[in-house]
Amino acid sequence: MTFGDAVTGNGTLAPAQDRLAPTSAGPRTRTARVLRAVGRRLLAVAGVLLGAATLAFGALQLIPGDPVSVLLGPSTQASPRVRAEITHDYGFDQPLLVQYGHFMGRLARGDLGISYQLQRPVSDLIAEQVRPTVELAAAAIVLAIVLAIVFAVATAGRRSLGRTLAIGWELLAASTPSYWVGLLLLTALSFQAHIFPVSGDDGLRALVLPGLTLALPLAGVLGQVLREGLDAALAQPHVVSAQARGTGVVALRLRHALRHATLPLVTLAGWLIGALLGGAVVVETVFGRPGIGALALSAVSSRDMPVVTGVVLLSATVFVTISTVVDLLYPVLDPRLRKV
Amino acid sequence: MTMAASTTAEPMTGPLGSPLRRLAGVPAGVLLAGAVLTLIVLAAALPGLLAGGSPTAIHPADALRGPGAGRWFGTDELGRDQFTRVVHGTRPSLLLGIGSTFVAIVGGAALGLLAGLGGRAADELLMRVADVALALPALLLALLVITVTGTGTVNVMAAVGLAFVPGYARVVRAEALIVRRSGYAEAGVTLGLPRAALVWRHIMPNALAPLLTLATVGFGTSLISASTLSFLGLGPRPPSPEWGAMLSQSRTELSTAWWMGLFPGVAVTLTVIVVTTVGRYLQRRFTRRGTP
Repeated sequence: MTFGDAVTGNGTLAPAQDRLAPTSAGPRTRTARVLRAVGRRLLAVAGVLLGAATLAFGALQLIPGDPVSVLLGPSTQASPRVRAEITHDYGFDQPLLVQYGHFMGRLARGDLGISYQLQRPVSDLIAEQVRPTVELAAAAIVLAIVLAIVFAVATAGRRSLGRTLAIGWELLAASTPSYWVGLLLLTALSFQAHIFPVSGDDGLRALVLPGLTLALPLAGVLGQVLREGLDAALAQPHVVSAQARGTGVVALRLRHALRHATLPLVTLAGWLIGALLGGAVVVETVFGRPGIGALALSAVSSRDMPVVTGVVLLSATVFVTISTVVDLLYPVLDPRLRKV
Repeated sequence: MTMAASTTAEPMTGPLGSPLRRLAGVPAGVLLAGAVLTLIVLAAALPGLLAGGSPTAIHPADALRGPGAGRWFGTDELGRDQFTRVVHGTRPSLLLGIGSTFVAIVGGAALGLLAGLGGRAADELLMRVADVALALPALLLALLVITVTGTGTVNVMAAVGLAFVPGYARVVRAEALIVRRSGYAEAGVTLGLPRAALVWRHIMPNALAPLLTLATVGFGTSLISASTLSFLGLGPRPPSPEWGAMLSQSRTELSTAWWMGLFPGVAVTLTVIVVTTVGRYLQRRFTRRGTP
């Protein structure tokens, strides 16, 4: 809603020809149009979340074995009467559609179910592991953006060496598995040079290598998009005119071209979140860090489906939220898109 | 791979074009990548030719020796020769990548054609499902599949393949829509061809053609994803010399045996680089309609 207000605000500040437009209903129809676009977008979001929840329900049904035995865990013995009670309490004797309804109702209240392995609410388990993963992701984003800007500013536009190096580097970055990069960093800087701790999550020093491992593949993609954006921006008339006024090469790139080149990066935000979450599974394993990725992997190994679906639903929610916010913010960042 | 290169190169030159002349226009980098790829395929087909010993032979007396004469890549904690293991690991590693690419392509082709040609309802439904799948990181989707199926080589192929199905399905659907509206497909309708024949003989081959080159590039991603799952301990079991599993094993010895964590990773990266290079070249050269 605040977004709708903001756009209406911009609408009143729109160029003169708009305010002088013959129909007085101009701004109102624009507001309606924006609201309709936002509404359509939110409907699509609801669709994706409903789909993800249905996928989670399906995955829970697909776990082989009798649900009561799965719920009780491998070591528990239970009398038939207790089993019948559990079956009744959990609604396993209900039709699938009713179970689906109950599942959705619980999800709506934020209840992600109980872990088979740890016998604790999945939402608690995830909440405990959020901090280390968010720290890791934040470190990786900062490092990735810095690396991408340095890389793009240094290599953009040149026909010769910089360009060849950049293309080679991009191919290498896309072809190297990130778990291997982690192992190499660990070997060189922890086991050989003893600069960084081998594992754990104590303080900033323990965050450097995992953050870098997670950042490198992201920096490869971001740097590539940024470099293409810079190439395009450097050919713009305003950059050429700044150059003609005697602006230096570095200032030209940083002050006049970079702002225009960063815009396409915003559309990658959703992808970035997915890459961070997927990468966290790998990086937390290599560096023995706690976190959501480590939680998910141990759940996969012990086939603890409620935990896996909990992480999947969390991931889908974060992805959808971020990419929707970015999509809706894009016209605010790029004034050229407001009239469309 | 080399087979694909020579057969697809055929239509470009006349029957008189000698193999040498056919290679003349190919950039040096692509030729080098092709040569390395030939070597990798050879290692996968006939590993004994490059490394005679057994990849699982244990020599406790030679445990954890560094690289040197006679054992180029060093030995592991059981004294197994790492060079032999990396060479013999080519086949299981490539099979993981090929298997998952195959699952992704077959699934993507089937669903993409169904969405593109099966009518509005099927299209809506399948594309909404694809939206949901694409909202999840591929690795997480693969982990979800593994939780259902359990671990192992075949399950990793299925999981990685399924995770990439939505992406391929979108490409095939877009192609199918273009081909269906093309002049020759319209002409087929006008001529009164039976629908099945039209789809099977005319639409399908053209809609699926871009998949072949796409798959060469996509193979790299599949190989990395599959080796990642195997590194996470969900793929082939030890003592299989699969590269991801070797790297997983190297973690316990990393403080002393750096070579164990180096060479299998070089093998993965080199394979992905050469396949991607050759794949991009084929894509540039054989993409229809001159679209980039």
